[in-house]
Amino acid sequence: MSRQSTRGGDPRKVNGELFTLTYGALVSQLLKDYEDDDEVNKQLEKMGYNIGVRLIEDFLARSNTGRCNDFRETADVIAKVGFKMYLGITPVVSNWSPAGDEFSLLIENNPLTDFVELPPGHSSLCFSNLLCGVLKAALEMVQMEVDVKFVQDQLKGDNITELRLKFLRRLEDAIPVGED
Amino acid sequence: MADEVVFEYLHMEMISYLYRTAEKIEQDHCISKLESLGFRVGQSLSERFTKDSSRFKDELDTMKFICKDFWNSVYKKQVDNLRTNHQGVYVLQDNKFRFLTQISSGKQYMDAAPKYLAFPCGMIRGALSNLGINCVVTAEVSAMPACKFQIQIQRL
Repeated sequence: MSRQSTRGGDPRKVNGELFTLTYGALVSQLLKDYEDDDEVNKQLEKMGYNIGVRLIEDFLARSNTGRCNDFRETADVIAKVGFKMYLGITPVVSNWSPAGDEFSLLIENNPLTDFVELPPGHSSLCFSNLLCGVLKAALEMVQMEVDVKFVQDQLKGDNITELRLKFLRRLEDAIPVGED
Repeated sequence: MADEVVFEYLHMEMISYLYRTAEKIEQDHCISKLESLGFRVGQSLSERFTKDSSRFKDELDTMKFICKDFWNSVYKKQVDNLRTNHQGVYVLQDNKFRFLTQISSGKQYMDAAPKYLAFPCGMIRGALSNLGINCVVTAEVSAMPACKFQIQIQRL
């Protein structure tokens, strides 16, 4: 990932530092507001959810991807198109469950955590929990109910950041959330 | 490098989070909270953006940095107009301010404008404060998406 300022770069990109720092400021505000890691995780996921609901529309409009035939294809699209487009990284898809309904995204350098060091005493904080909400909501909007969670996090000393996605069920065509 | 859409959504969500969780009476605090979030971001950003540049000659030089480099790195454009009364007041005018372009191009939603400008104001104040200038930054909109930022330097 390039660390220079983005002068003259792709007009659709913002400075990565701006994004990272803004996210960091937000998390620390949440920590001030709640003083409880679990509640912060919950709020981050909720905010991610609200973002994901909108992001999927932008994604479908810009990427020209059609409906995915199976969960494997979904995984590929998320890693190679989605993450690439929005965060400029391509996580590795691995650890498929035998049934093919669960996989992991291995993220090497998470742009959300570029300048971050977790102070001690926040062992249950999922710093990048926003991502879980985003993925969950975006997939829900294309009729897939998926469980998303972090199982490894570089911020907590793990070698890699691992995001686990589990397919729960296909949603029947119904009224979108929030419009009932 | 993140996509601009993600950043814009994050910014919007940040605002709606603050307003969602604040009680009715303390909604005034939301603006100052957003401003202080921006302050922090601006502080770090100016540190990163100026690490290779030489010392600024004077106040005006610093303002030019904000209008050109800072604006370019953050909003992908330069400030359209910079004016000053040479007594510590600077007005930066952006005719197409990024955070407002998606909202409206006219007078509709004017009452929502302050929410979307608090964070950017804080960013300017933070950036300047890290360059040794204490100031008060306010924003003024007469018709979206144009916007004027007024920087008033505090002299001791």
